[in-house]
Amino acid sequence: MDAKLSTAFWALLKRDLRLAYRHRNELLNPLFFFVLVVMLFPLGTSPEKELLMTMAPGVIWVAALLASMLSLDTLFRADFEDGTLEQITLSPHPLSVLVLAKIIAHWLVTGFPMILLAPLLAVFMYLPDEGIGVLMLTLAIGTPILSLIGAIGMGLTVGLRRGGMLLSLIVLPLYIPVLIFSANAVNTYLADLAIRGQIYFLMAVLVLAITLAPIATAAALRISLE
Amino acid sequence: MKLPAIVHKFSSPRNFYVMSGKLIPWFAWPCLILLVAGLYYGLIEAPADYQQGESYRIIFIHVPSAWMSMMIYMVMAIAGAIGLIWRIKMADIVASASAPIGAAFTFLALVTGSLWGKPMWGAWWVWDARLTSELILLFLYLGFIALQASIEDPRNAARAGAVLALVGVVNIPIIHYSVEWWSTLHQGATITKLDKPSIHISMLIPLLLMAVAFKLYYAASVLMRARSELLKREQNARWVREIVANES
Repeated sequence: MDAKLSTAFWALLKRDLRLAYRHRNELLNPLFFFVLVVMLFPLGTSPEKELLMTMAPGVIWVAALLASMLSLDTLFRADFEDGTLEQITLSPHPLSVLVLAKIIAHWLVTGFPMILLAPLLAVFMYLPDEGIGVLMLTLAIGTPILSLIGAIGMGLTVGLRRGGMLLSLIVLPLYIPVLIFSANAVNTYLADLAIRGQIYFLMAVLVLAITLAPIATAAALRISLE
Repeated sequence: MKLPAIVHKFSSPRNFYVMSGKLIPWFAWPCLILLVAGLYYGLIEAPADYQQGESYRIIFIHVPSAWMSMMIYMVMAIAGAIGLIWRIKMADIVASASAPIGAAFTFLALVTGSLWGKPMWGAWWVWDARLTSELILLFLYLGFIALQASIEDPRNAARAGAVLALVGVVNIPIIHYSVEWWSTLHQGATITKLDKPSIHISMLIPLLLMAVAFKLYYAASVLMRARSELLKREQNARWVREIVANES
């Protein structure tokens, strides 16, 4: 059974990645959104360097939060509508593990490119160069957490016709710790202080999310499919 | 794990309806008495604070509300879990009946805190850790209510809500500590809470009276809400028709 579970896991991961690749124009949308939101802040406040610099980590992280949340729709929606999700739940393998495969695939095509985009946004926001590495590190730890938590919310709302607004209401409060610690890690690093505490905290939350979120998502999907 | 038969017996809709109808006065009347006593001792008998003057008196509403806001979320999550695991319909109903009451207490705690903050801190709102946590808690309640409201089938709504409430319970300590940590870093010495001496007995008694009164209020109102929800859900059952026929 074990060997078969890993086969199913990899098959699902590959399938989701292949499907994402075939709709690659859709993949760019959350990334454009990510850049666009960051761009709005200088326009809405002022192009002053000092102001933008202090806001940079927070603004980039808020944009990452919103982009990641809006991209959740691709996680289950299509599979829900064409019945694939129902078939997946019927498989003999634990749904939580299969869901984890889908979440990883989703993160690889949405969260991961956001990490690569971060240096560009850092330039937009005048983030000092030495902060870029830490920003990317926090994004690397934080965005998987966003995908995992978001999957629970998506699982709960996938069956609803107008779930979008509701999803944000459910998911955003749960994103707050990631935002606090990530943005703070970058700021603290720029102030030449140790950031080990923040990074450890983010990693702890990531471990917690990997262990519990797939189970909660699986439960949520079963409810939505009824 | 199986629940003892008595639990199922008590939680059958009809028994619940009859029992809770008898229980409500036992919660409501003591609640009223304690509320009047607590307000009397709190607003009239208790001395003014040596630092904050009269305006500290809002704590007799504010602190019990804040306690209730957290307690009700826990009750909601536990009831939701019971409904999810043992499929007890009454637990589902209690969970969803609790949410608006909890949200109302959270709102009350925020508003009274803000009213107190204006003369004390000079601002309606301060990004203090507790205020922020409480605001996030309000959004957790609102998310729960909105999710349940948008799912038509009551059974599925209850289960989805229970999952969300449990996720919230895991997250509340994380959110709470991260916000606390955030505010200690972000807030310098501009606004610090006045170091209050430990509370005097003449202020503690009304505070405890109010806390108990609020708990009784919650018990009475959650049962009332659960009863009316029960009648609505079971409207086609014979026992409901009998009750309605008897009462009208």
